[in-house]
Formats: sequence, structure tokens, C-alpha cells
Amino acid sequence: MSVVPKARLASTASLVAHQARYDLRSFRRNSRARIFTLAVPVILLLILVALFHGGTVATGGVTVKIAAYYVPHIAAMAIVGAGMVNLLITLVAKRESGSLKRRRATPVPAWVLIAGDASTSIVSSLGIVAVLVAIGGIGFGLSLSVAAIGVAVVVAIVGAASFCCLAYALSGIVGNAESAGPMTQLATFPVYFISGIYIPDNVLPHWLLDVASVLPVRPLAVALQAAFVPATNGGSRFATVPILVVVAWGVAGLIVAVRRFSWVPRRSS
Amino acid sequence: MRTADPAGIMPSAESAVSQQDVISVRGLRMSYGHYEAVRGIDLDVPRGEVFAFLGPNGAGKTTTVEILEGFRQRTGGEVRVLGSDPARAGSAWRARVGVVLQESAPEAWLTVRECLSMYAGYYPTPLPVGRVLDLVGLTAKAGDRCDRLSGGQLRRLDMGLALIGDPELVFLDEPTTGFDPSARRAAWDVIAGLRDLGKTIFLTTHYMDEAEALADQIVILAAGKVVAAGTPATIGGRATSATTVSFTLPDGLTPADLPALPAAVSAGRYGQVEILHEHPVPLLHALSTWALERGYPLADISVHRPTLEEIYLRLTQETT
Repeated sequence: MSVVPKARLASTASLVAHQARYDLRSFRRNSRARIFTLAVPVILLLILVALFHGGTVATGGVTVKIAAYYVPHIAAMAIVGAGMVNLLITLVAKRESGSLKRRRATPVPAWVLIAGDASTSIVSSLGIVAVLVAIGGIGFGLSLSVAAIGVAVVVAIVGAASFCCLAYALSGIVGNAESAGPMTQLATFPVYFISGIYIPDNVLPHWLLDVASVLPVRPLAVALQAAFVPATNGGSRFATVPILVVVAWGVAGLIVAVRRFSWVPRRSS
Repeated sequence: MRTADPAGIMPSAESAVSQQDVISVRGLRMSYGHYEAVRGIDLDVPRGEVFAFLGPNGAGKTTTVEILEGFRQRTGGEVRVLGSDPARAGSAWRARVGVVLQESAPEAWLTVRECLSMYAGYYPTPLPVGRVLDLVGLTAKAGDRCDRLSGGQLRRLDMGLALIGDPELVFLDEPTTGFDPSARRAAWDVIAGLRDLGKTIFLTTHYMDEAEALADQIVILAAGKVVAAGTPATIGGRATSATTVSFTLPDGLTPADLPALPAAVSAGRYGQVEILHEHPVPLLHALSTWALERGYPLADISVHRPTLEEIYLRLTQETT
């Protein structure tokens, strides 16, 4: 009985586009989201590269220029910010204000609403990664090639989608919009440190890096690093194992999200 | 308790779920753990009527409405809304149902017009955005961002979002709570206009005047059970219950000076008199003949029928 006519399938695709257009428009007008996801990574990149100006980092068995280290690492942080942190805050705020319930009362399929939010996160992730790479390339001599950019785009999309799934999973344990921000800061800040996002990973103890390697942030940074400097990954631009770790976290998040995600405000249930 | 039901509106538990009615409920139950919030209720809402669902906080109203809207899974009973079980209904069903939520905060970053356009895109045959803006009186605010609207304007926007898909059935959950009197009248006009368009309206409210002004049928819920059902004029035996005649005795008279009356007289300390009787005409006739013969003006005489609110308070207090 649930046979979907062909015309309906075509209209579902346009429904996703319709939803994504309004979600992106909301994102553009939300200055909290803009500053958080776009301005903070750019400022951090400029400060860190200026701080260690002209220096090098030993990573993945080779020595790379400071910009070639920080561009992919800050890009990983930016993807976590846009894909997970911002989406999580937006989701909890929408749920608690009744906006999710409001949308659920319409005939639009649930996954269209999810696709709308997720595509906003992916598009903003790609946007910020592009800005960071451009700063690195133009300002700090990061060497760019079509292959490097192609792999980086794929890794950024996979990373953003995985962190979106984690946001949907975490929304089940965050009770209100006010605590969503501080809670995610608390969870992500130590992970950024041990993943070598702020301080180069050659100063971190090995056991700490081992811990970070099974968490989702460092593998994403390593995969982006490999896209630009294949030598850090034994010569291959495509860092398969780290990408699979990120995807595994995304799948785990998706499983939790399917079980725990709620459309109705916490306080009324 | 025994429910007065002169109009025979309450369905019997044995009768089958109706196919004609827009909403048909038999023996609906909902438990949260050991607590039973809804304890076997029956409802029938015919097409094109305004149905008012009343009851104190905690009576099970919101739970029942959320089950009818398809937001909650019931623990027992049969439910048909527009011919489908809301717990299993799909998007074709949702396209025929409009929902106005109790608390609404639509998209903060979009304008009123953008918000309506976004929702219009969810429906197969939406109404024109301009017409809905007009219908809910937000044309002048169309370009304002939703987070700059007043509470009353937000509720009207939410009503607009419920109507944009041109639904057959509209759920209105306390649609005028927090409105000033003129905004309330305006909202009533909108709701009455929807009925004229042939929509069926399921209204929950705390305001008895609202139910009286709008409803074709009223059901009163208390402690998870239906305690009365009927029209605003007849519910709870309102049409046949006693009328109160009251006035102040002329100076120097006591209740003993009154003529023989068909009902007991209760007198206050300052000469106020109240007489309760099922048949006000013979009572008034005896009183006015007596007053005319003696030249008493009885200037403050009043004849009072029980209000819906009095009936409601009596019924819900008996239960809780």
C-alpha cells in the first residue's frame, strides 16, 4: 500500500531542495551560528600560523610547514563546529520551542526535515573548509592541486555527514537549549587538545594520541592532512582507516539517533 | 456519576466506530506507567462542526488531542480520524489535518511570509500565502521576522501555518490563551469563518464563553472520563435546570410578607432574596402580581439561567 508514484519521488527531491533553501536562509541570518562556525576557525588559523610563523611540524613521519599542518587541523575543527556543535544547538532549540513538533504535524516526511538540516551543515562545512584552504593557499604557501582539493571535498562531506549523525544522537541527551552550547564545548575542547588541533601532535604523548585516534576528531584531521600532504599518510592522499573511523562514529550516532531522537519538547513529555 | 444526556449525543460503548464522522473514538485509554490519564472515552465529531473539548488541567485533554493528532500511541481503544488510525496514518492523512499547537515558536529567522511559504511547500494543494495572511490578519506583518512578533501575532501565525495546507480538519489547542478581548473576538471570527468554509474544528479551551460562542457540540472531560456531552444550550441539563430569581425586599418587609410561591425562599441579611425553581414563569407571575398590587418596584429583580461556566464547575468539581 505504500507504493510511491514516480511523480511523488521527483517531488520529494524538490521538497528536500525547498527545505534546504529555507534552512540555509535561516543559517545565514543567525549571527550566533555564523560567528561560531565561520569566524572562530578563521581567527584561530590566523593566530596559530602567526604564532608559529616559519616553523615546521613533524607529523606522520615527515616534516611539514606550519600552514600545511594547521589548515587541515583547523578545518577538522570547523567541520565539527558546523556539522555537530551548531546543528546540535539548533536542533535542541527547535525541539524545545516546539518548532520540530510543528513541522512534524505536516505531511512532509521526517527524513526531508533531517536532510534539510543536514545539508545546511554540510554546505556550511564545505564553505568554511574552502575559506581556510584559500587562506592557507594564498597567504601561507599551502601547495594546492586538483587532486588535493577533490579528496578534501570528499573527506569534508563524509566528515560533516558523520558529525551530523552525532548531533542527532547527542540531541537525545541534551535537555534544553541553554545547556547545549556549554555541554558541547565541554565535550569537544579536551578532544581538540589531544587530537593536536591547537598544539602540534608531535608534542603530545603517544598514549594520548592513541586515545585520540579512536575518537572521531583526530582521524578527520589526519584524513584532511593526507589530502594535502600525502607523505604524512605513506604517500596516499586517501587515508582509508581514519576515514572509516569517522564513518563508524557516524553510523553509531545514526543508530542512537534512530532510537533516541525526539520531535516533541522535553518538558511536555 | 450518571451523565445527563438529553440530546442523546453520547454514543453507546457498543456501537461501532462511525465511518461518516470526521473523528470517531471508542473506549480510548492511555496509561503512563501505573497512572491512567485517559480512562475509556467515546467521541463523535460530525463533518463541518465546531467541537469543543473542555476540562480542567490534568483531565487528559492534551493527551487525547495528541493521540488524535498522531503524536502519541494510545494504550487501548479504537480511534478513527478522517477514516484512518492516526497512530499509523501517513503523509496523505497529514495533508488533510491542520494543527495549532498550544505553544508555538515557528522559525525565528524567517519572515512571516517566508514561514508560510516554507510550510506551503509541504502540502499538495496549499492555499495562496496572501489569502492565509489575510485570513489570520497578518498582512501588515508579512515582512517582519517571526522572532519580532508579539505573543498574539505568533498564535495567529501558527493558525495560519495550520490552515496553509487547506485542511479538512483543524485542531485548535487553546487558540486564544493570552489574547486581549478584541484579539480574541478577531480569532473567533476566523474560527467561525473556517466553519463556514466547511472545515471541521476540534477546539480545546479553558474559556466557557469561547465554547459557547463557537461550539456546536461540547464534551467535558474530568479525571480522564467524559462527564458530560451536549450542545452549549443543553449540556449538563442546562436547559432544564433551575432558574434563579433574585431581588431585594422593599423596606420593612420580611420573606414572610411574600405571597405563596411554588419554591423555597432563601433570604440574605440585607433583604436580598433568592428563589430557585425549574419553572420560572408561574413564579414570576405570582411575584409580579403581588408587587403590582402593592406598588413595589422590585427595581433590581433578575432572572438568571445557569451559565455554561457554572455547569462546567459543578460537573468538574463533582469528579475531582
